[in-house]
Amino acid sequence: MNDNSSANETAQTRSIKIIGVGGAGVTLADAMNCEEFSGAQFAAIDTDAQSLAASTATVKIHLETKLLRGLGTGGDPERGRAIAEEQFPAIKSACENSSVVFIVAGLGGGAGSGISSVVARAAKETGALVLAFVTQPFACEGNRRAEQAQQSLEQLKSVADGVICLPSQKTFKLIDENTSVLDTFRITGGLLIEGVRGIWQLLTRPSLIQIHFEDLCALIRDQHSESAFAFVEASGPARSREIVEKILKHPLLDEGRALGEANAILVSMTGSKDLTMAEVNRVMEQISRHCERPQIIMGAAIDAAMKNKLSVTLIAAKNSVAKTEAAANSPEEMALRETAPRYGVRQNPSSSSLEQREHLVARHGRSRRDKSKLLQTQLPLAIVSKGRFDKSEPTIYKGEDLDIPTYVRRGVPLN
Amino acid sequence: MFDDSNIIVGLEIGTSKVCAVVGEVNADGALNIIGLGQARSRGVRKGEVVDTAQAEEDVRNAIVEAEQMADVEIRNVYLGVTGGHIRGFNNRGVHPVISADREISEDDVRDVVTNAKVVNLPADSTHVHTIRQHFFVDGHERVTNPVGMLGSRLEVDMHVVHGHRNRIQNSIRLVKGLQLEVDEIVFNGLASSLALLNAEQKEMGALVIDIGAGTTDYVVYADGVVKHTGVIAVGGDHISNDLGHGLKVALSRAEKLKVEYGSAIVDETRKGQTISINNEIGLTLKTVNVEHLQRIMSLRVEEIFQLIAQDLEQTNLFDYLRAGVILCGGGARIPRIAELAQPILQMPVCLGQTNSISGIKSALDQPEFITAIGLVKFGSLKQRKRDGKSSLAAGIKNTLTSFLRRS
Repeated sequence: MNDNSSANETAQTRSIKIIGVGGAGVTLADAMNCEEFSGAQFAAIDTDAQSLAASTATVKIHLETKLLRGLGTGGDPERGRAIAEEQFPAIKSACENSSVVFIVAGLGGGAGSGISSVVARAAKETGALVLAFVTQPFACEGNRRAEQAQQSLEQLKSVADGVICLPSQKTFKLIDENTSVLDTFRITGGLLIEGVRGIWQLLTRPSLIQIHFEDLCALIRDQHSESAFAFVEASGPARSREIVEKILKHPLLDEGRALGEANAILVSMTGSKDLTMAEVNRVMEQISRHCERPQIIMGAAIDAAMKNKLSVTLIAAKNSVAKTEAAANSPEEMALRETAPRYGVRQNPSSSSLEQREHLVARHGRSRRDKSKLLQTQLPLAIVSKGRFDKSEPTIYKGEDLDIPTYVRRGVPLN
Repeated sequence: MFDDSNIIVGLEIGTSKVCAVVGEVNADGALNIIGLGQARSRGVRKGEVVDTAQAEEDVRNAIVEAEQMADVEIRNVYLGVTGGHIRGFNNRGVHPVISADREISEDDVRDVVTNAKVVNLPADSTHVHTIRQHFFVDGHERVTNPVGMLGSRLEVDMHVVHGHRNRIQNSIRLVKGLQLEVDEIVFNGLASSLALLNAEQKEMGALVIDIGAGTTDYVVYADGVVKHTGVIAVGGDHISNDLGHGLKVALSRAEKLKVEYGSAIVDETRKGQTISINNEIGLTLKTVNVEHLQRIMSLRVEEIFQLIAQDLEQTNLFDYLRAGVILCGGGARIPRIAELAQPILQMPVCLGQTNSISGIKSALDQPEFITAIGLVKFGSLKQRKRDGKSSLAAGIKNTLTSFLRRS
């Protein structure tokens, strides 16, 4: 899509590296390894030899010790982290000579959750700017994976310059009853790639209104938050309107509600040469109308290859009160291998089967550790029978339960 | 048999009763109520279906009764919905006019309307109504039809009524389960206001309060358009429940006492009087103090009006209501309720009566049936709009044929 030479030049002077970590990460990085991202260097890091063998990445690092017996991490992020620390220098050298490193991983399993924060630290030490794109597991994958993903996310946040996180659960809004598991994972992956593409375009395309990478990092880093992102495209004469509609219906933005909750919003628009100021204005006006706290960073770029399309990348950072449990990392060692570069997208069956295997392993793990849920119950302090309304939903208005007789609430005595 | 398009049925699945009203639109477009069916409702609490099987039976009974009375077969209904989950708010859509000559086209109008409809509803909510209010051209108010005007910025205000999707679906599915089609869902409060208000009252600004058994619905009209809607999930059932609680009698007994001795204002002349509750052989089981009964009731009704007054104060709508307050629903039957409401709302309060509708006198006079009649009225307005469109098409066709004949 973008074979514009100036874009390639900027990409090369910036030298961007995309590192896929873990089974899901490697698959996603492979899917990105196409014409559009030409100029980026791809690397794959995994504990599973099969997934690496099928990868098209330029640099492949196989993390392996006798400890794992070729079976991968078995869904345990501690093992993943330990082995990554062991081979830290190798990972670090793979990250060298790049100014920006994108880390792509699926959190929740052993490899993705364990290794990605180590990779982020290694890349950071080489002086690169680090941006992580991660998926969080589906809720049905169980508590254990969700916890692992959450921990790993916190660790990543503490080391990387920016983390953009895609909770897979949100893709449920995009799929219907008949969508297969494989397709669902593909959709989730597709969304993540769209996010990477948006940032990529931001960094590589010559722009009229520049967004600096530092702006971007400041936006997603300082918030210590989940950043929601959306990438939408539209074409034709009514494209600006279509864009706004798509943004407001985007499942990852909770149908536009994420905009209202966001503290800061970054909007990057890319259009063809005929992009008019009126269109830019219309999109921005509509977006800012939906934001309550209007810290908006905006960028616009022109790309001749866009024909009459207009694409908008939107990142909304919202402040969550999530506790930051930055875990301590101890540096160790890692191995590195290089192969000749290959181009073209390829679906990778072995790695997706690995992904599924990981899920199975995780589910087994969960049933072992299953704890009984503790529910906080309400004490019946004022025991006033609600009679007829005992079993219906209470009518609470400004903290008052209107089902309780008015004279009781107001304390009117009946003698 | 009857031509189906002339028959409009309104179905209200209320907390105390299920009510189906059959209306007929005659050749002049006037609405005539020809049938009414009702059944005691047992599967509904606070305006929402809680027992589907029971509610289904009640709806079936009401429909059958209405069918017999009107001598028609009912296939489609306009279904009234209510419940504490229903909310209304205003939203403004903005659209810059970009054509070179700055003339507002129909496309611009369509754009601005769709724009205003795009609102951030909670994830599990769905629209019940989106009602157009006024257009603004470059900030100038009160434009009813902006097509052809010049301007650079077109805005429109919309009133959006929305509710919980699943809860609304519950009642729709119940009706569909009886092999009836739901033409449209209508918010009960809106239906009542349609039945009660004439154009002048809407223009002057009026507040319609429908006090049902389960919920109290209210709608504010000002400048001829709907400005505000609201639901409080408190109604006549709460009064009975309060009485049952306070006087320590069974709910059915409380209901009876409410109807017989109830009053919105404590009657000074009845102070100290008691009512004795006898069993079937005439032995006195219990005596109830009338003052207590009326005090409990008065406090509850007072509270309902206070809640509405608070809500209106927040939305700054009090100054628009020059036509005053109109009460309907079963709650409007409470003696001296207007007298109680007047000082709280600081406006003239009267009991509502349906207008511009003819038909069965007994149905038109009852405040309980106003919502169902309003549903029929809503249906007739919708149908008129549809007919208007189709007659336009027919008109074009006629012109064309006549043109062809001439040549």
